[in-house]
Amino acid sequence: MLNKFTVEIISPDQLVLKQETNEVTIPCYEGQMGILKDHIPLITFLRPGLITIKSENESKYYVEEGTVEFSNNNLLILTSTVKNLLNFDQNSISDLIQKEEAKLNDPKISDKERYIASYKLDTFREINQ
Amino acid sequence: MPSLDDLKKRIKSVKSTQKITKAMKMVAAAKLRKAQESAEKGRPYSQKMQNIILNLTKSINDLQNAPKLLVGTGEDKKYLCVVLTADRGLCGGFNSNICKLAKTNFKKILGEGKELNIITVGSKGHDQIKREYGKYVIKKFSFKDKKNISFKEADEVGKEIISLFNQTKFDKCIIFYNNFKNVITQIPQAQQIIPAETKNLKEGNEQNFSYEFEPDEDEILEDLLPKNISTQVFKALLENAASEQGSRMTAMDNATRNAGDLVDKLTIDYNRSRQASITKELIEIISGAESL
Repeated sequence: MLNKFTVEIISPDQLVLKQETNEVTIPCYEGQMGILKDHIPLITFLRPGLITIKSENESKYYVEEGTVEFSNNNLLILTSTVKNLLNFDQNSISDLIQKEEAKLNDPKISDKERYIASYKLDTFREINQ
Repeated sequence: MPSLDDLKKRIKSVKSTQKITKAMKMVAAAKLRKAQESAEKGRPYSQKMQNIILNLTKSINDLQNAPKLLVGTGEDKKYLCVVLTADRGLCGGFNSNICKLAKTNFKKILGEGKELNIITVGSKGHDQIKREYGKYVIKKFSFKDKKNISFKEADEVGKEIISLFNQTKFDKCIIFYNNFKNVITQIPQAQQIIPAETKNLKEGNEQNFSYEFEPDEDEILEDLLPKNISTQVFKALLENAASEQGSRMTAMDNATRNAGDLVDKLTIDYNRSRQASITKELIEIISGAESL
């Protein structure tokens, strides 16, 4: 139990995950953030990317957006778009990559959309490897 | 006195009605379990979201410049009422309870000379409200063809609310729905979602952390508040779905019981009048034989 804290992932329709863990890496808006036990209280939000939960074994989750709160050694991740990487459909990834690429080439989208799309694309490429 | 044949037909029709209500009750019971489960599963999300917002609100010092979704426009003139009802009837007082509550509020709002806009979700509520307040209804949603309510539907409603808010179409937004307490009790509720109600939450939560924010409070709030609107709508939709099934189950249970009572009563009537006609015939035969 040493150096462990609780991580909870909650989506609007269910509790996705609740477990003890040593380390969690989350894709924050301004970069990857690693969280260990006794982190100071924190509130932030997510960009598209992968959440990595490291305990005895490592598990990864894909998210598009979400809100994160850390307090009292309890990491709370609220997101409506969470997917365990194991359940990710490998065949659809290349379609998704193409879709995001097309979106990036569209000159009309705003900077924020472009930012999100580029991270989505990076994440999909990472998954695809 | 209805004829024997009429009574027989009547009994048959009541019996088949009973069969229908019984089947509906069983369907509702099965659906209720599922709806209740998802309502309960959905609760942590909205609760935690509220908590985060509360913690954020506490650490904002400059309330004047806080996002409008949180503190409101500072005015109190235009109201948006979102009435959430079911798409199907035959569920007891479910729909009319919500509409009744909504209508008393409408009356109050209009009585104070304020502007009223209505969004209805669910066709049954729309039917009831358009009779009196049809001209105030600006938009109606119906998820009749959807089997299960998902966050996507709630998001649709939430986005509509936010876009109306950004066009400064209203200052305050209230949603009406039934809160699922248990199978027999559902409480119609009016909840104000814009500006966010944080007063009653403040007392229960005495913990106070100094949070680190990244990027900063305002940006997080701006990201979080629109999400919170959708979450609240979603919570209301889930509560509503569970309430609807619960309400329908009790209504259909009562209907089945009433139909049983009615069948018993009609059967007694039927037997009595059959006996009466037999007795009558016997008397006729006997008196005919005596006169010979």
